[in-house]
Amino acid sequence: MEISLPTFDFLVVAPEIVVLITALLVMVVDMVIGREQKGRLAWVALVGVLAAGALSYYLWDGSDPALHDMLAADGYALFLNLAILVAAALAILFSLEYTGRVGLAQGEYYTLLLLSTAGMMLMAAAINLMTIFLALEILSISLYVLVGLNRAERRSAEAALKYFVLGAFASGFLLYGMALIYGQAGTTSLAGIRAAVQAGGEPSALLLVGLGLMIAGFGFKVALVPFQMWTPDVYQGAPTSVTAFMSVGAKVAGFAALGRVALYAFGDLQGDWRWVLAVLSALTMTVGNLAALRQANLKRMLAYSSIAHAGYALAGLAAGNAQGTSGLLFYLFAYAFMNAGAFAIIIAAGRFEGATGGGETLDDFAGLAARKPGLAVAMALFMLSLAGVPPLAGFLAKLYVFGAAVRGGLIWLAVFGVVNSVISAYYYLRVVVSMYMREGRPAAVPAPVCAGLQVGVALAAVAIVLLGLWPGPIVDLARVAALALLGG
Amino acid sequence: MEMVIFFILAVLAVVAGIAVVAQRSAVRSALFLLLNFCSLAGLYILLNAQFVAMVQIILYAGAVVVLFLFVVMLLGMERAEESPDTRRYQAVAGGLLAVLLLGGVVWALVLAGTGTASATATAGSVRSIGAALVGDFAVPFELASVVLLVAIVGAVVLAKAKLEE
Repeated sequence: MEISLPTFDFLVVAPEIVVLITALLVMVVDMVIGREQKGRLAWVALVGVLAAGALSYYLWDGSDPALHDMLAADGYALFLNLAILVAAALAILFSLEYTGRVGLAQGEYYTLLLLSTAGMMLMAAAINLMTIFLALEILSISLYVLVGLNRAERRSAEAALKYFVLGAFASGFLLYGMALIYGQAGTTSLAGIRAAVQAGGEPSALLLVGLGLMIAGFGFKVALVPFQMWTPDVYQGAPTSVTAFMSVGAKVAGFAALGRVALYAFGDLQGDWRWVLAVLSALTMTVGNLAALRQANLKRMLAYSSIAHAGYALAGLAAGNAQGTSGLLFYLFAYAFMNAGAFAIIIAAGRFEGATGGGETLDDFAGLAARKPGLAVAMALFMLSLAGVPPLAGFLAKLYVFGAAVRGGLIWLAVFGVVNSVISAYYYLRVVVSMYMREGRPAAVPAPVCAGLQVGVALAAVAIVLLGLWPGPIVDLARVAALALLGG
Repeated sequence: MEMVIFFILAVLAVVAGIAVVAQRSAVRSALFLLLNFCSLAGLYILLNAQFVAMVQIILYAGAVVVLFLFVVMLLGMERAEESPDTRRYQAVAGGLLAVLLLGGVVWALVLAGTGTASATATAGSVRSIGAALVGDFAVPFELASVVLLVAIVGAVVLAKAKLEE
């Protein structure tokens, strides 16, 4: 028997390889440099992330190459790469001072951050059940560790354990679903599954149960109701810079794979899964928003808000059309900036003297506008954008997904979304009111804010304004990316 | 000849399996488990599945049993007599489940029929699995190595006794 070695077109996965190599590089550099210089690791990581972003953009020429029916560098993957790398770059900027303050092991921190980023990018590129699962494990295991990295904080360890146990459970669901689908389709390739779905007239129960289990598995990763139980505890317990990263990255990756499986592999069974996703979407946004109303801790509030946003984004997927898909992609891209930015302000607020709640409570934000006008303006922008106030990015994102839902015949879902947005305005605006209309403690002296964090916050704030006022280029990219998936 | 080897290995596997649950000493149970795994590996070789046999020896007989022994010895639970098992329903439930499993397996075998499937010479061989790993499944194989890397880094950073100040 002759063993034929396959040819590798490494260019297809060049961005992922760059991120992986950077992770290894960080480990090596961590060994050689002195203890006082550990801060430089962040710059190594940042350069790698930016290089991967540039490569992703450069690779995007519409040829949509694939590697062995396992990974693809189509527009869909590359667009999501950009969103993931934005989250990673912002997280690195926000970590510059925070990792030292909290006492995280910097070498391992940036290594795991990059490995997790690579896992997310691989998940966006995966076109085979095998690679989807492996990529999911890469990103999940590194996130479990990152969540528990703060050894001085007991809540961090608790969050890590909770996330790990429930995450392993969700992986089990996902694998079971994959096994059933493989059992029916006889292949793990998404293209093969698509062919099998098209060939058989009436869909078999195995396929539908398999798809349902996979939706549950991905639903856990992106925190859909009823798989959201872990979210508030984990987001609150994790180091804030990790929360900023995972609240965006894990969602983007989860939606990426869910979108590929539902829209591509099971595209011909839309009638069977659309209503499930629509119901999940309505449930998720409602439960997330109602729970967020009662939170005094900002990290917890943003955790529930991120659940609600998963619901909004899912509406784009439930629409099942090209507008919905490009709307979902735009949503994830805008969400990366506004959500990561909001967590960055919490990181900055943790340094203020007299911040009794670690910068995490509404009281710590009282009178912020007088002390730190720049940060307050940025936070107000993030909150308004999350609430969906025009003309910011969050408004357009909601407009696109709800518009697509209406076109897809899900008018009730769009109504649900709009009502929910109105409800959510209450708790987002409460933060703004606290910053601008309440008196801060007189003793509270603002501490200097790290320059890297300032740059990151400024970039995120400018991005959501620009995306809101001038969305054309990104919307066009999202449209091309959606067509790459739907093949239109 | 094959039949003789099969019966020797099969009897050995069943006897060792019974001994695993019958022993009161946890260490002896683990050692009988080792014997059971090794005889199963022999059966796999008879079925022409050399790779599965090697994995059985390396992973189960090597790693898993050693892990069991480590845990048993570290926790000092060598003997189970000290805590007499008073819960009878456990034994009943265990017996019921065993009968159920046996019934399920027999049922599946009867359904499958008695025709002999020709064992293909290459299906489970080291060669064909190696070819699949470097061929069609090279990409997942590489990704699995990244998963291991993540696990190693994660285990080290979480298990570190103390952060250096």
